[in-house]
Amino acid sequence: MEQQLDFLVDKVVAELQKKLSELGEKAPAQAVEQAVEKVVEASMQPGAQPSVEVNGAAAFQSDVSEEPERTAQIPNPQWKEGLDELLTSTPARIGVWRTGVRPLTKTMLQLRRDHAAAVDAVYGEVRQEVLDQFSLFTVETQYDNTENYLKRPDMGRILTDEGVRLLQERCQKKPQVQIVVSDGLSASAVDANLKDVLPSLLDSLKSYGLSCGTPFFVKGGRVASMDHIGEVLEPEVLVMLIGERPGLVTAHSMSAYMCYRPRKGMVESERTVISNIHRQGTSPVEAGAHIGTILSKMLEQKASGVKLVL
Amino acid sequence: MNTKTTVLGQTYQFRDLKEIFAKANEDKSGDQLAGIAASDSRERVAAKQVLADLTLADIRNNPMLPPEEDEVSRVIEEGINEKIYNEIKNWSVAELREYILSHNAGENDIKRISRGLSSEMIAATAKLMSNLDLITAAAKIRNVTHCNTAIGQPGVLAARVQPNHPSDNVQGIKAALYEGLSYGIGDAVIGINPVIDTADSVKDILTMTKEVMNKWEIPTQNCVLAHVTTQMRAIRQGAPADLIFQSLAGSEKGNNAFGIDVKLLDEADELMRKEGTSYGPNFWYFETGQGSELSSEAHFGIDQVTMESRCYGLARKYNPFIVNTVVGFIGPEYLYDSRQVIRAGLEDHYMGKLHGLPMGCDVCYTNHMKVDQNDMDNLGILLSAAGVNFVIGVAMADDVMLNYQSTSFHDIAAFREVLGLRPAPAFEKWLEKMGIMENGKLTARAGDPTIFM
Repeated sequence: MEQQLDFLVDKVVAELQKKLSELGEKAPAQAVEQAVEKVVEASMQPGAQPSVEVNGAAAFQSDVSEEPERTAQIPNPQWKEGLDELLTSTPARIGVWRTGVRPLTKTMLQLRRDHAAAVDAVYGEVRQEVLDQFSLFTVETQYDNTENYLKRPDMGRILTDEGVRLLQERCQKKPQVQIVVSDGLSASAVDANLKDVLPSLLDSLKSYGLSCGTPFFVKGGRVASMDHIGEVLEPEVLVMLIGERPGLVTAHSMSAYMCYRPRKGMVESERTVISNIHRQGTSPVEAGAHIGTILSKMLEQKASGVKLVL
Repeated sequence: MNTKTTVLGQTYQFRDLKEIFAKANEDKSGDQLAGIAASDSRERVAAKQVLADLTLADIRNNPMLPPEEDEVSRVIEEGINEKIYNEIKNWSVAELREYILSHNAGENDIKRISRGLSSEMIAATAKLMSNLDLITAAAKIRNVTHCNTAIGQPGVLAARVQPNHPSDNVQGIKAALYEGLSYGIGDAVIGINPVIDTADSVKDILTMTKEVMNKWEIPTQNCVLAHVTTQMRAIRQGAPADLIFQSLAGSEKGNNAFGIDVKLLDEADELMRKEGTSYGPNFWYFETGQGSELSSEAHFGIDQVTMESRCYGLARKYNPFIVNTVVGFIGPEYLYDSRQVIRAGLEDHYMGKLHGLPMGCDVCYTNHMKVDQNDMDNLGILLSAAGVNFVIGVAMADDVMLNYQSTSFHDIAAFREVLGLRPAPAFEKWLEKMGIMENGKLTARAGDPTIFM
């Protein structure tokens, strides 16, 4: 179900990108909202097919500075200019050439390097200084270890007793807005994006005159851990900033899951989500502002997910 | 029905068929997640021992998901040939396994017997087979199908070219398609997973692929893997679809989560007969994969191998052109590591083949599984040796839209070269005409996508 929601928003991004390329201009914020609404509505109809995660919308741009330049390796192409045209039309690894029936060494190593980054994101840990920067304390779910986290999504949805005690001790109860950060499937997503998302989110909340409880970090969290947190802290609305399943194009993509009055037994269609938050996708700063807007609408309409009109 | 056995001095009493079937499985994280897996190797072998002595009639007479409650069960039940079943109903699962593997049972004998078997009986044999058993048994069976062209013949390894693009950009799809064709990939199907599930978008992609096929006279078939209802809308609007696609689950409830039921599949089947653009007689493309029923809480306490086999029971009703188990896409909570993915790939291929289906496999993984490209090399070679009808070709194995890794154009060329396999005959002739292949080997021209510009 988490994947399903990710998919919805990623679909929005893809649709937007298509529209953008048709228009050849930047879409106004309104268009973003319309597209979100449209796709969420369409996909939440009964019988919508649970589908796959799509996360490549930003694939045209190189990920980080160490990304080698993308040049075709074909020694004597029939049409040299045509080859450049092909390469600019897709982020797919084409024009790579071969030795016999196997890829060239450089191409093979690039693939392995990108896979290593993705695996590191799953098995990595969020840097403590990133959490310290925003004075986030840490609570854990019952995930126990990464292997178990991957095998038992149910255990990542429940906080430890110690975690519950910490929340009761250190957090403001019944806040208007509760912010939660979690590593999820990509610790590096938090490392890469939190410093931009969080300040812009806090600014946005301020501008709407909304008050915010005590933010904290959940280690080994799944999206639905927001339900358990909701039971403990009883916020009006809750937003969870969580690392997405890493891809080869980027291993640092983050999602924001939002919910009105989270509690046990919530269904996925009651959550609103913005995904694909990373430098080449939905920019972290813009995402922070957009999350603020959505949260204020949730408070206004006392609803989230499919019932929320954006 | 005996449900009790003793292994290494310990006595095991199993509750019912569901428990025996689940605990007889090789280790899978999905069965653990469902809370139905064997607790240790000893219990696993005890369950296998009990299963081996059950008769086929025991399995049929104690339905795990009764036909009255589930339409997939009804389809499976109605598909059984009673004459053949009556000849073998007193066989034990062990006897059936040994029959399938014996030199006495030729391809046609196995195909005949399989018409008397339910999906659960086929799953039962898989649980008693080692990886090499699964390969040996599957290699005996060739299920040849025909859409515009035929695939599945002995000595043939076909491939789907999968030129997906993160925003469905038609030029971008074309670019990856040209690259694939230039490596001799695309004889099974030119198949695109769309990002945008609308009839217009599906129609655009089908039209473009058809134009490329017509321009270069490529003997293959096209397909856009949107939801079946979206494809149906596009086809009614005149989109040229050679194949129609749908993902299947092994229970009615699981299929409802996919937004389908048997009635809808029947409707789509009827539409393709009337408006499909291919020669036929096979025009369905199905995808499956262990674990999807558990993920939609539609498994009824039944293990993921058995549920997967039931998908094939449903698929067989529609005489598909290709069936693809997307084995490693679902994630580590169902198949944790390479050992489990490789096992599942071999199980699915064998079970599908025994159902008479044209089985392919998306040899693949996501980045949060304990799997890497080397494991895909292994499974790809194993399945090619087992006679898999087709595998999936993605540029350098990296799907930039679905965000997972599969097998590459290079990989498929290597499977063919190492094992002496060839593309589908009509496609190979075309590759020769294009100067891409000669005597089953890629030429110096292969690997240059600009030859199609």
